[in-house]
Order: sequence, then structure tokens, then C-alpha cells
Amino acid sequence: MSSARRATAPPVPTGSSPSVQPAPDARSVLEAAEINRALSRIAHEVLERNKGAGGLVLLGIPTRGVHLARRLARRLAEIEGTEVPVGALDVTMHRDDLRRQPMRTIGATDLPDGGIDDRVVVLVDDVLYSGRTIRAALDAISDLGRPRAVRLAVLVDRGHRELPIRADHVGKNLPTSQLERVRVHLAEVDGEDSVWIEGGA
Amino acid sequence: MKHLLSAADLDRDAAVSVLDVAEQMAATQQREIKKLPTLRGRTVVNLFYEDSTRTRISFEAAAKRLSADVINFSAKGSSVSKGESLKDTALTLEAMGADAVVVRHPVSGAPHRLAHAGWIQGAVVNAGDGTHEHPTQALLDAFTLRRHLVGADSNPTERPEQRDSRDWLGQDLKGKRVAIVGDVLHSRVARSNVLLLNTLGAEVVLVAPPTLLPVGIDSWPCTFSYDLDHVVQGGHGDLDAVMMLRVQQERMNAAYFPSVREYSRRYGLDARRMGALPDHALVMHPGPMNRGLEISAEAADSVRSTIVEQVANGVAVRMAALYLLLSGENS
Repeated sequence: MSSARRATAPPVPTGSSPSVQPAPDARSVLEAAEINRALSRIAHEVLERNKGAGGLVLLGIPTRGVHLARRLARRLAEIEGTEVPVGALDVTMHRDDLRRQPMRTIGATDLPDGGIDDRVVVLVDDVLYSGRTIRAALDAISDLGRPRAVRLAVLVDRGHRELPIRADHVGKNLPTSQLERVRVHLAEVDGEDSVWIEGGA
Repeated sequence: MKHLLSAADLDRDAAVSVLDVAEQMAATQQREIKKLPTLRGRTVVNLFYEDSTRTRISFEAAAKRLSADVINFSAKGSSVSKGESLKDTALTLEAMGADAVVVRHPVSGAPHRLAHAGWIQGAVVNAGDGTHEHPTQALLDAFTLRRHLVGADSNPTERPEQRDSRDWLGQDLKGKRVAIVGDVLHSRVARSNVLLLNTLGAEVVLVAPPTLLPVGIDSWPCTFSYDLDHVVQGGHGDLDAVMMLRVQQERMNAAYFPSVREYSRRYGLDARRMGALPDHALVMHPGPMNRGLEISAEAADSVRSTIVEQVANGVAVRMAALYLLLSGENS
């Protein structure tokens, strides 16, 4: 997934490309320390909800969701002292908007050893917007196995859902206009941790 | 990408991107549920004017794995035998709402005509036209070569988790050397492979008797030789793969070589020539094989042979081609 969730359907940058510098009207809404604290809180919430790390599998949605999932797994390991399996789930081939958008690059799907059957899968993505990516992810999961439960953790929830989907764990609720764009930068991809809102003015 | 008519339609980045998408498609084919909803509601027509087993089945499997509807049309037993023209058949397909037409035709250039005559709106994929081109075969050969020489299978001593990292995606075949041996004159596979492998940075050596090399071979982006022994012994540099071509007896009304035995002795791949190759060199054949003619049973069944694997890779590559042609707002 790209970090740019847009209101209409303009060209979507490919997921793995480093994002360009924020536009001049961009305003920073989260900085590195806040992203860190949000991830720590999500890690604790996931453990509280699951009553420990048993049976958990984290699946990140490419590109930035995968890096967030890996970071969450490190937090979980620090807190609980047990390794939580991490994987990547590419949802491109399950999207419902393939004909409305320019061609999308297909990312890798990597399931951890042991798969997802009878596990509790925590989907991890950077921005929750229309909910269509998560719908596609749920379809992709059902082709891969039958988890005991699927939960959703996102760094930013910007609202404007088009489907009955909600996140279980949210780093930050960001009320936005549909004309605005939310950009998530992560050190692994973009060289720094930050969240920006652009446009709309 | 609107149509896939020639291997020359793909520049280096486009070709690598087809191979990368094919790698992801191949990964989905390892799962229990192999079907993806990606092309649901789209219609793919396989329009085959020439006999084919693996190409037609491969395209059919690829389209079905992506949930497209597939209509198979073969000239035998259709109105073509009553004299219907390509144009009228195309207009019929357009009326039925074909989103993509996969065409194999005995006449070189027929897919180009189909794509550019304005008869149909959909994407056209060349599945082999006369002695001209067969781009998806070249793509699956390049895919097989890259897997073995650059990618996951290039270093079997690595630990599995390193092999799974897929760091090698995005790479081409730079510096690899491939010999293509046999009936180059009639081979659309050879033509497409020369173009594509050259685009991907590999060197190609064509080996054939002078009668089976086309006129104007000097202008192709490759070297050529009449002496297979010299080439397998490293006369043109160490080989990374040898691709044997089928002797196309159905296109040889005139004799192009004195006898089958002489051809087999001079241009067949046997155990002795296999022994002269570097240890890592692959043995490839686009199929169908004439065992004992261009390739001996020992060579065809050896551990270095990728012939069966090429068929499996064909499905992944054709899934990638259909995905790239049929998704996106331009289609």
C-alpha cells in the first residue's frame, strides 16, 4: 500500500518508492516520539486484548504496514519476552478498484512458518481510510487459511469509511477532509518517522 | 502496456517488471487455494488457428487462476473451416465482449493485424505467429533463467530464509550467456528470445547449420556459429544455459539438412556435449521435444534440465502478462 490515501482517484505512487518531500502546505501532525509512544500503546493493547502473546500473528500490509508490523513485533518481544511471528500480506490482487486505477505493482505475501490457521491475526497498516484495503485483506486472508480471529491495528485513522470496518487499535485519530492527503513517513522507507497532512486548504 | 505482440515491445524495465509480477504470481500458485479474484468479470478468448498443447492450456490456466472467464476457440471445427476470415471472427469476438484475445496463427503478423485493424477494442496477446514471434515463451524462458542464475535457485547452499528474501527481484540477466541451438530459421521462440535476452543484458549465441539460419542474421543482436562442439566447449565464452529448439518437420517441405542422423550428430545435445558444459549450465527446451533428434533422453531428463519447470513457469508468466494487460484504468 502506498502511504497516500487520496479522496479521488489520481495516480497512485507504487508502494515501495520513497515518497517525495511533503508539499509546501503540508503540516506535521505526528513526530517520531509520538509515533513511538503510539506503537508502544498499541503493543500493550494487543497483549491486553489477547491476554498475552500466545497464538498471535502480525501481518503487515505492504509497504509501510510491514515495517510497522515488524516494529510492533519487537515491542511485543520486549514486553512479553516471546517472539511473535510477523508476515506480509499483499492485497493488490484482491482489490475492487483495479480497473479504476493505474496498474498497481504487486508486493510480496510472506506468511510466517506455522501459517495463520487457528491463530489470532493482527493486520497492521499505516492509514485507515475508506476501509477497502482492509476488505481486500480479509478476502486475501480467507484464501490463505482460517484464523481464529482477525484484528486490525493502524497508525492513523483518518475517517471517511465506505465500508462497515473499524480498527481495534488506533495510534491516532486524525479528523481530515476528503480533499486532504495523509502521508506516513517511516525511517525504514523514507529516512524519518513522521505523519503529514497535505492539501485541502 | 496495451498489447503484447513482440518481445521488442518490452524495454528493460517493463520486462523486469513482468518477471517480478510473475514471481509473485508463482508464489500464489504454491498455496492451497490458487485462484485469485483479480480479473473477475473479464473475458479472455484463446483464439488458436494452429495446434498447441502447452501454450493453450497454460493461457487457459493462467486466466482461470485469475478468475477471468475463458472462451476457447480453435480453428478446427469452427466457422473458419467454412471460410470465415480473421476479420469476421474478430468482429464476432468483439460482439461477445472479449477483454483480451490470445491469438496463435500460422501467418506471421496476424496478431499485429488483429491489434491494429480496429476490429476489436481488447488487448491482443501474441501466442505465436508463424515464424515471427512468441513473446510469452521468451518471457517464461527469461523467468526460468533468472530464477536459476540470479535468484532463489542460484545458490542452493544458502539458508532458506536468505533465499526467501527476494532481494534479487528487479534484477536482469546482465552478463549471462545463452546458446540457442537448432532450427532458428523457423523458430519464433528463437527470435523472441534473442530480442528479450538482449534487452535483459544477456548474450546470445545462435548455433545452427547455415541452412537453418535466416537471411540477415548479421543484423540480429547476437553472435552465431555453425559448430556446436566449439560453442559448448566455451569457444564463445562459458555458457550459462543451452536452449535446444525443436526441428520443425512440419515446416520443412524441402530438406534443410542431409539426414536426421547427421543433424543429430552435429547439432543434438547428448551426454558428451553435456559433459563439456560448465557444471551450473541449464538445459532448456520450449517443447514439444523430438527425443533422440535435437536432444537425447539423457540430456532431457538430467537434473540440469528445466524443461518441465518451464511449463509450470509458463502459467505464472502468463498470469503476469494478463494482469498487466487487463488491470489499470487504460484497459
